[in-house]
Formats: sequence, C-alpha cells, structure tokens
Amino acid sequence: MKKLLILGGGTAGTIIANKLHEALDAGKWQITIVDRSETHYYQPGFLFIPFGIYTSKDVMKPKRDFYPRGIEVVIAEIDKIEPNENRVLLKNNQVLSYDYLIVATGTNIHPEETEGLIDENWLKDKFDFYTLEGSCALANFFKSWEGGRLVVNIVEMPIKCPVAPLEFLFLADSYFTEMGMRDKVDIHFVTPLPGAFTKPIASGIFGDVLEKKNIRLTTEFGIARVDNEKKAIVSWEEEEIPYDVLVTIPTNKGDSAIERSGMGNEFNYLATDKDTLRSIDYPNIFVIGDTTDLTSSKAGSVAHFEAEILYENFLNAVEGRPMRAKFDGHANCFIESGFGKGLLIDFNFDVEPLPGKFPLPGIGPFSLLQETKMNHYGKVMFRWVYWNLLLKGLELPIESNMTMAGKRY
Amino acid sequence: MATREILGKMLEFDADNHLKNRDDWNEQVALELAKEEGIAELTDRHWLVVNFMRKVFMEKGDAPSIRKLTKESGVETKELYALFPKGPAKKAAKIAGLPKPTGCI
Repeated sequence: MKKLLILGGGTAGTIIANKLHEALDAGKWQITIVDRSETHYYQPGFLFIPFGIYTSKDVMKPKRDFYPRGIEVVIAEIDKIEPNENRVLLKNNQVLSYDYLIVATGTNIHPEETEGLIDENWLKDKFDFYTLEGSCALANFFKSWEGGRLVVNIVEMPIKCPVAPLEFLFLADSYFTEMGMRDKVDIHFVTPLPGAFTKPIASGIFGDVLEKKNIRLTTEFGIARVDNEKKAIVSWEEEEIPYDVLVTIPTNKGDSAIERSGMGNEFNYLATDKDTLRSIDYPNIFVIGDTTDLTSSKAGSVAHFEAEILYENFLNAVEGRPMRAKFDGHANCFIESGFGKGLLIDFNFDVEPLPGKFPLPGIGPFSLLQETKMNHYGKVMFRWVYWNLLLKGLELPIESNMTMAGKRY
Repeated sequence: MATREILGKMLEFDADNHLKNRDDWNEQVALELAKEEGIAELTDRHWLVVNFMRKVFMEKGDAPSIRKLTKESGVETKELYALFPKGPAKKAAKIAGLPKPTGCI
C-alpha cells in the first residue's frame, strides 16, 4: 500500500482529496487527511455577516460531509513535517508516515503582529472580518452604531482574497445608505499599496468606483502600531489616521507547523514550482492553495484551478512520467459592489484583469470589470456551487487555464 | 516598456518603471534612480539595504519583502521607512535595479 497524506482539509485539501480518491486505485493507495477542526467554513461568506446578509449558520457545515468515503480522517493539530524522514508528527504524539505528501494548511490572520491591535478593545472597536468570530462581533457592533469614522486598513501584503477589503468597503457604503445614515459614516480605506488594488488597470477602475461611492483612499500607508489612547492608526513615518471603528486586515501567515518544520519563507509559505505545483525542495511533496509561495492570489478559485493541474501532475509523477500540466496563476473572483450589483475579474500570472464578457466571449452572461446585477447573482449562486460542486472536485464550466477570448485589451 | 536617458545612456524600463536589464545597473545609475525617488544621497545604511536586496535577488530570483528585509538585513522596519519613504521594498528594489518584489502585488 502506498500512502498519500494530505495536510489540511480546507478548500484546497478537500478538493484534491476528492479528485485523487476518484482516480487512485483503492487497493493500492491509502489516503489520509489531517485537520485540526471538524467544521468547514465557507470563507467567502464571512464578508456578508457584518452586514446582516448571512449569519454563522450560512457558512458552516461538517467537513466530513465533503471528504470522500473511504479515506482516513485524523482530527489533530500538526506539530511538524520531517520531510527527510517522510513523516509528519502530530501534537497528539501520533506519527504519520507517507510516500507522497500534499500540503494544504492554508493561511491565517495574525493581528498580534501589529503593536496595539490586540488589547481589551479587540472585537469592541477593532475588528477583523476574516474569522467567524470577528465578522459576527462586527455584525453586532454595526447593529447599534450611530456612525463616525470607519477605517479599513490592510496591514501588509500578501493577504488572502485581495479583493475582500474592496468588497467590504462597497458593502459598507450600500449598508449604511440603506440604513439611512450614510451621511454620518466617513468610510476611509488605508492601504500599503500604491493604489486601490494590486494590478494597474483594475486598480484604476476600483479607484474610480471608490471615488464615486465617496470612500476616501489613503495609499502607501505602512501601519506601525495602533495608538489606543488616541484611537488612531500610526504609520512607520508617524502619520496618524483617527478612527471610531477600525476594521483591520491583519498580517497573513501560513500555518505555524510550516515554521516549526523549518520549511517556509518569512510568511511560512512553501517554496513551490509555479508550473507543476511540486515542492522546490522535495520531489514527493506537492503544495496547493494558500500554502504556496506563488504570486497567484490566495483564493478559493485559485485552489480549484490548481487542483486540476496538481491532479494531472500527481498521477504522472507517481507513475514516473513527466509532469506536463502547467499552472498559469488563474484566478476568477466575483466582487460584490453593493446595491445588488457586482463586478467580476479573471486574470493569471501574466495577464492582469481586463474588461470584457465571461465565460462566453461577447455573450457573458457575466461582465468583466463592470458593475452588473448578473455578476451579483453569480456571487450569490457561487455559494451553492461551492458546497455542491467545487469542494467535491466536480467539473465546473470554466477552464483551469485562463483564456483571452472575450477580453478587451 | 519605456526608454529613458540616465547618465547619457538610453536605458530600458519595465511596466512598473523598474530597470529592465540587470547589466545596465551600476552604483552611479543607482544614485540617479534614487534621485528620481526623491532620495538625494545614498548613505551606508541605504547601500546595506540595496546590496542585501541584490544578494537575495541573485539567490532567489525575487527581491525580498519588507518582512524579510527586517528579519534578515539587520535594518528595522522603522529605519527602512526612514531610508526609503512610503514603500521601502519597492523603492529599494527600484534603486537596486531589480523588478518590483512579487510580494508587493
């Protein structure tokens, strides 16, 4: 029996487990998946909770419902990987050996990395929306808030789902307008980037949308600390921006098990071959999802596209055949823009988000980099697609490699 | 792609306005690039960062993030921002004649 060990049963780990379980001979392969938690969170849904659109029950399901039948599931914390011994140590003292390892331990927020962020007012006037706890606390706060300065700050890049801060801003504008109190809320986006987004054309378009929605933008602001007395964020260059409520997108880092294993970069992400998705350092280790050190976005759609590539390369690698499938950095994100509309972006390593129609050139039904109602319906439908198709590794009508058809450039 | 004259030579720049050809870079070019960024002179501390960036780039093929600079160059984040205001990783990479660090995107 050959052993395939998958670390992490989130979006990436679950998709690849389903795909490989389908393809690998059950008589020859034993698949084991390790995760610390029994609950699968629909993370794109966290964004909607502060605005009362979703509640916690809309974003939680048992992980077991999505793992393939017949694989071994271990609920435990990972201590470390010993790649030279081909084994993984768990915190419960269990030792799991493997022939092949797929690392899908993901990324998490670390507010404690920024001075002054975590104190007795954490989740009282300073919130995150990347955890269920943070987004639920913010939902409660907004219910009785009477307005003031709402500052949304990205601490440092890279972050999971780089469009989420923009969606948060757009939804906040829509929410406070519908509450009849938009004139009492000063929405201010403070980012270390030189523009509203990471890629130039989209950054310009999003910058215009922010302006139209009367959302202030401060760029190239590197936060050094939070001054809790003054209720202000302070940059390394001593600029101060006061807030009444701070919504932070904290430093993102890969799992601490990667650090304990001495395997990651300064953010605990693993050196990954950008074409094959195999570890740069170990031929029997593959990496998928937010765990890679690639420049592709840390997002569920990327994990899905990577799974198609990793699947092909894995099946070839275990048979000693060359790995021919190449990942192109493809990402596809619906962006809620408030008032029942949305935008859509589709891009990869080399091609930045461009305007056009998607997925059918000239037809759509979705419009790239344009606010439409149809894009919003796409986002709403996506939750169903996520639970029912995507996690189970089933085919979606979108190619894993990006296409230029339908894009204007 | 753009071409600009630096010290009497036409040099090529990429879409982010960073120097395109590694061979076009030398310490005099770095001084000119620094001036374009509003940094009038390069002190020993500037050079420490610029040289560290070049070393990492040669080894890894990518310029380091601010976090890596702080962790490994021996220059604290606060000082990095004082040396290279606004975006230290991006500015230092530009002056070092390297592409924009991928961590910035």
